[in-house]
Amino acid sequence: MAARESAEDRVAQRSEHILGADQLGKLIVALVRKGYAVIGPTLRDGAIVYDNVESVEDLPAGWTDEQEPGRYRLKRREDEALFGYALGPQSWKSYLHPAEVRLWSAERQGGTFRILDNEAKPECPRAFLGVRACELAAIEVQDRVLLKDKYCDPIYDQQRRGVFIIAVQCTRAASTCFCASMGTGPRVPDGFDLVLTELLGSKGHRFLVATGSDRGAEVLTELEMVPATGEDCQEAGASVEAAARQQVRSIDTTGIKELLYENFEHPRWDYVANRCLTCANCTMVCPTCFCTSVEDVTDITGDYAERWRRWDSCFTQSFSYIHGGSVRTSAKARYRQWMTHKLASWIDQFGSSGCVGCGRCITWCPVGIDITEEVQAIREGGKNGNP
Amino acid sequence: MIMATAITTDPMLPQPYSVQEVARETPDTFTLTLKPENEVDRRLFQPGQFSMLWVFGVGELPISISGDPALHDRLVYTVRSVGQATHSLVNRGVGNDVGVRGPFGAGWPVAAARGRDVIVVAGGIGLAPLRPLIYHVLQNRKDYGRLVILYGGRSPRDLLYRKELATWARNRETQVLVTVDYGGLSWRGHVGVVTTLFKYSRLQLAGSVAMVCGPEIMMRFVTRELETQGVSRDDIYLSMERNMKCAVGFCGHCQYGPHFICKDGPVFRYEQIRKLLEKYEL
Amino acid sequence: METLERIIAEHPFFIGLDEGFTNLMVSCASNVRFKAGNYILKEGDPANTFYLIREGKVAVEVLAPQRKPIIISTLSVGEILGWSWLLPPFQSKFHARAVDDVHAIALDGKCLRTKCEENHDLGYEVVKRFALIMEQRLEATRLQLLDVYAVK
Repeated sequence: MAARESAEDRVAQRSEHILGADQLGKLIVALVRKGYAVIGPTLRDGAIVYDNVESVEDLPAGWTDEQEPGRYRLKRREDEALFGYALGPQSWKSYLHPAEVRLWSAERQGGTFRILDNEAKPECPRAFLGVRACELAAIEVQDRVLLKDKYCDPIYDQQRRGVFIIAVQCTRAASTCFCASMGTGPRVPDGFDLVLTELLGSKGHRFLVATGSDRGAEVLTELEMVPATGEDCQEAGASVEAAARQQVRSIDTTGIKELLYENFEHPRWDYVANRCLTCANCTMVCPTCFCTSVEDVTDITGDYAERWRRWDSCFTQSFSYIHGGSVRTSAKARYRQWMTHKLASWIDQFGSSGCVGCGRCITWCPVGIDITEEVQAIREGGKNGNP
Repeated sequence: MIMATAITTDPMLPQPYSVQEVARETPDTFTLTLKPENEVDRRLFQPGQFSMLWVFGVGELPISISGDPALHDRLVYTVRSVGQATHSLVNRGVGNDVGVRGPFGAGWPVAAARGRDVIVVAGGIGLAPLRPLIYHVLQNRKDYGRLVILYGGRSPRDLLYRKELATWARNRETQVLVTVDYGGLSWRGHVGVVTTLFKYSRLQLAGSVAMVCGPEIMMRFVTRELETQGVSRDDIYLSMERNMKCAVGFCGHCQYGPHFICKDGPVFRYEQIRKLLEKYEL
Repeated sequence: METLERIIAEHPFFIGLDEGFTNLMVSCASNVRFKAGNYILKEGDPANTFYLIREGKVAVEVLAPQRKPIIISTLSVGEILGWSWLLPPFQSKFHARAVDDVHAIALDGKCLRTKCEENHDLGYEVVKRFALIMEQRLEATRLQLLDVYAVK
């Protein structure tokens, strides 16, 4: 946790301020005035969903979530906390690495073809309001995959560039959260423009705010705030620590790469395979899963073609198809591929784990498969594979 | 992405090439020679690399480059027609366009093999990605020791590059041995799997560098035989294949254990993937 | 010019066998030649001889009605042709045809198997060597059966 501590030191050195809850609305307005499209949590379809936010009324005030393996419910809180939930099914990946995007178009011309100028840019830069520590970590993980490896994905680059990040410290953990054991939270280290901690103590509904960049500081100049007292900072720190202590799940990541590489034939995989529907929910909600597929389409004349890219999942039967058939036909092979990639191979590929401990895969699995439980079962080496 | 036409090496965009020649190698395999439509687009590649070939509006396929790396004005591909996409590719016809992205991937270790004896073991269409390597060794003959080419095919009519195999055999210190799984009366060559050719090789295998390409099962039993014959695990190279969509390490499809075949491969040192080869449904 | 004696004594099959025995084999050995197209062994014939191929290629094949002969495998320089002489009913199971002009050393299988019955130590050594040849041929045949180059 050494890196975390130095980041905390850096945060402590920035001046922290207190915003009244009423200033949140002004923050949103200030960002809009500066030309940002603000994306934040909204309530829709019984879930917390990231969408365009124009005023504080769009935020899910007074709502929290109850999450268990295969279960997600929203519940009313007794206060009017704006960020009182943990995480919705979506992650910021929907914006940075869009589910469906046209790569290019081309037209036939005189016996050959030519690629057309295309690619719509987003109309205006975006501000992400309410980014959790695990989500920031996930964005960093995807940055390593899509920007910093051998090639750079121009679409991700374009979506990522200039995003204004308002991070939010977690003051509560869902039962499916395990970011503490993954070293990605609940405290936000850095990588933000502004970070908020929601305080609902005796002094009323307020936010502790710290800046992480010049443009973050600039936005704050449009708000009414007072310097935070030592007590305020303590209160904020304590609630984040409480969120960490609240976590009931964890993954012991000691030697996890070798553990999974060396247990390719562990009977636990068969046990998981009996439950896994290969529905691919986990890959869709996972904030770091990045697999895509491409599809070439033409119009009726055959003179105009487009190439589209869309999310894909290693859980599909055709994902590993080569001439003669798919390599991973069984559910066992596909679940094993996903988990081994996420927790082990990712380390060899990109220098860090692919998992940030957000717990979405546990919540959104229709049969409630729990990745933390699976790791533990393999570690314990049950020979018959039974739980 | 906003792109001007053609003259760019953007790995994400197909460049227009035109089919110069289509040569039939076997009843279902054809060699296409492509030339770029833009004169300035000189295509250099390393033996063992592949391109993504695009048929307008139909789809894209990863195909190994099978031509001479010393010829910079063209790209040559040997394609087996096994499905809709390959069928439309081999039927492209002279004068028609094919989009080309690439070249991609890690190729055969032409530098590491310098000064060593080289044994090339090919099975079926696996000879295609090895042909550029063979051209390279023969054109730089003094940089390499003895060369042995072992080639196995299904039957005599499925053999690729038969005339060239005979030509290669006439090079100094070069031995070419060919076998088929199913022979006929008019076939006077060997019959049996490609590993049965090892015993006829005039090369002292221990200490050679081996480059192998063919169906995965074939590569497994060939590698076993190479090891039995004393070739070091660090001197055996295999070309692997998995599903590919993007060829630039983003779509995730070609992962083989921790390796992306499109950028860490397709050529791997045996020791790198030895444990992966043993794993079923990896 | 290599003598029969040296060729036999240095062949992997004979290395390690009792020298007196090897000398006996040499005394029953002869140089033989087959012109391309001629049959060395025929299915069903009594099997009393095995061959050490020195030059040329031999096709092991099966003749079936209404079909051209099916070549199962070819054997060439340094390989041993024939093991049916070792086990009852001592009958060749396949045809063996000279693909090119073949030069081989013919060895007396009948004599060898008699000696093996009399001397089980020798018998064990001989059977071990043939077991290895059979294992290699069986493995290669199994891989051939996989038809790895076929379009699936």
